[in-house]
Amino acid sequence: MNTEWFIVLSALLFATGAIGILLRRSPMVILLCLELMLNAGNLALVAFSRMVGNGQGQVFAVIVMVIAACEVVVGLGLIVAIFRRRLPLNVDDLRELRG
Amino acid sequence: MEEVLFFLSAIGALGGAIGVIAMRNPFYSVLALIVHLFSLAALFLLLTSAFVAAAQVVVYAGAVMVLYVFVVAYVGGGGESAWEPIPGQRFLAPLLGIALFIELAVAVLSSSLLALGTDGPDVEAGFGDPAAIGRLLLEKFLLPFEASSILLLLAAIGAIVLASNRRPGAGDTPDEPSPNREEGVSPAPGVHA
Repeated sequence: MNTEWFIVLSALLFATGAIGILLRRSPMVILLCLELMLNAGNLALVAFSRMVGNGQGQVFAVIVMVIAACEVVVGLGLIVAIFRRRLPLNVDDLRELRG
Repeated sequence: MEEVLFFLSAIGALGGAIGVIAMRNPFYSVLALIVHLFSLAALFLLLTSAFVAAAQVVVYAGAVMVLYVFVVAYVGGGGESAWEPIPGQRFLAPLLGIALFIELAVAVLSSSLLALGTDGPDVEAGFGDPAAIGRLLLEKFLLPFEASSILLLLAAIGAIVLASNRRPGAGDTPDEPSPNREEGVSPAPGVHA
């Protein structure tokens, strides 16, 4: 398969994740859409790694996975904390920190 | 054969992604994301990167998604309100996403990367297997490897601090003087437990 196909698919997945972040209100679904965008980036990294014939892009993808796991852990911790305080789980209601 | 596998996995990945943003119930969104992650692992295998595919299935579709399922079960679904702070957001967001896709595709495909239209060079048998990735991680990328392990530790500590079982309301943060402490009244039993 040409590398082009993988890159176009990666761009499509990235755009899908961006649409989800703009559309959805629940912080949990927004975290899931962030995962979609990170995974699209991972796909592009691995595709370019194959295109160049060098394994370094795959190491980068593994590090991105670690970052994604950290983001999930902190994000879900925040969601649990918000839920415990009985605040609404809706990003439009939680707007006190907006500038 | 390769094309068939690619298009099957691509349909799975794209369908999973659309499922994530289209499902009303967050639990179904998590299940759609698991489909997406498995299809992506198949794509990684097509790109001869066995280790990344295995890590994707074990770490992502295994561990991270279990965490998501737990939190969704704890917090519960709950419908989203139809109220929009920006008028027409429901129609503007897909337009913006399509524009983003076109922009990304044009930016990459019109670049001067000559190898973009090829399958890539022939690689030896050990390309992308755990031994090769492990050697790269421990020889060339030792510093990023250690930094990411410290980051994971910090994230774990942060999650414990964020989600620890403290009473909502009075006296839950030590920095902030609680009304009880200002008046010299001892806090109720169990507040600092």
